[in-house]
Amino acid sequence: MQELIAAEARHNILIEVGGVPVRVHTADRGFVELLENRYTGFVGAASRAAEFDFEIDLQAPGSDPEADVSVRREARGWTFERGDFRAQWDPAARRGRIQQTPNPYSMDSVLRIVHTLVLARQGGFLVHAASAVCDGKAFLFAGVSGAGKTTISRLAPSGVAVLTDEISYVRREGESYRAYGTPFAGELARVGENVSAPLDTLFLLAQGPANKIEDVDKAQAARELLTNILFFAEDPESVLPVFESACDFVGRVAVKRLTFVPDEKVWEMIG
Amino acid sequence: MSEGKRYVARSKEIAARRLGGETMIMSGRDSTLYTLNEVATVIWEAADGTTPLDEIVTTKVCAEFDVTPDEAMRDASALVTELGNHGILLVSDTPIAAAMAARATQRGA
Repeated sequence: MQELIAAEARHNILIEVGGVPVRVHTADRGFVELLENRYTGFVGAASRAAEFDFEIDLQAPGSDPEADVSVRREARGWTFERGDFRAQWDPAARRGRIQQTPNPYSMDSVLRIVHTLVLARQGGFLVHAASAVCDGKAFLFAGVSGAGKTTISRLAPSGVAVLTDEISYVRREGESYRAYGTPFAGELARVGENVSAPLDTLFLLAQGPANKIEDVDKAQAARELLTNILFFAEDPESVLPVFESACDFVGRVAVKRLTFVPDEKVWEMIG
Repeated sequence: MSEGKRYVARSKEIAARRLGGETMIMSGRDSTLYTLNEVATVIWEAADGTTPLDEIVTTKVCAEFDVTPDEAMRDASALVTELGNHGILLVSDTPIAAAMAARATQRGA
């Protein structure tokens, strides 16, 4: 009987990104420790209430390991699938179940999908962008892989809080937008600082022979922002609000093109 | 133009925003993003389902832009056909509201 009780023991960890606490439960204590390391700075107190709870079953989902991510709305919530995970999430019940291999990257992907769907309803989005807080104002640096997100993060002077070098978290707040730190790191391989600040400027990154900042017209800004927004779901109810958010964002937040050489002097032009 | 009347209406399965002189449209069906220039924006905004396309071209496009009626109609037809193929515009040879009402009547019969 004692063995049976031991087999039922569950462990959990609260991961809070963007002020949305998500608790994951697993029978594997070692996996919780892995997640505690992976999400350092984003782990909430055990006593804190969660917005959503996920049960994790650490088994390969049995689907094609090379399969691309798929996010589908179903009768009761959502199903997310990729080669290394399969998750079902019922936002109304605030519960979900994840079947995944025991690596934190699968967890990372599930969390990103959950946050994109949560943010879509709140007038926000995740975007391929580095972000940082300087003098109480947040700045986004958006661009595709190789555009310089990690470089600009590395060049940040002391006193600048790097929120992420890869995936930025943006949410509408009143008449403007706020950027939050995320644990989603790129080449910097370091979680961001878990702080937030009102957004001042979105810089669209380009590398060139000299540092310069240029205006970008709003339609072009919206096009480029949409190119960089992460979104996985395919249904109109979720896609169209993201489009609306991107258009609203460029109407409220300054968008500039930042061409820079990899030199810390670029930070003298920011802020 | 030898074509009969064509009526156009904006699909409800899209989101559209005017930014500067352009209109950006996202299809909810396949997440494709379209950008309309100023002339196309005038046609888009006039696409109420009840005004014939040739009237939109004459009273809106030719009135606002330096373009001949034939040229404007040719471009407008191409635009409408393309947006219609992508489900962004509904295109019909009868007023769209009337056509929809007729279909509803048929369903109810």
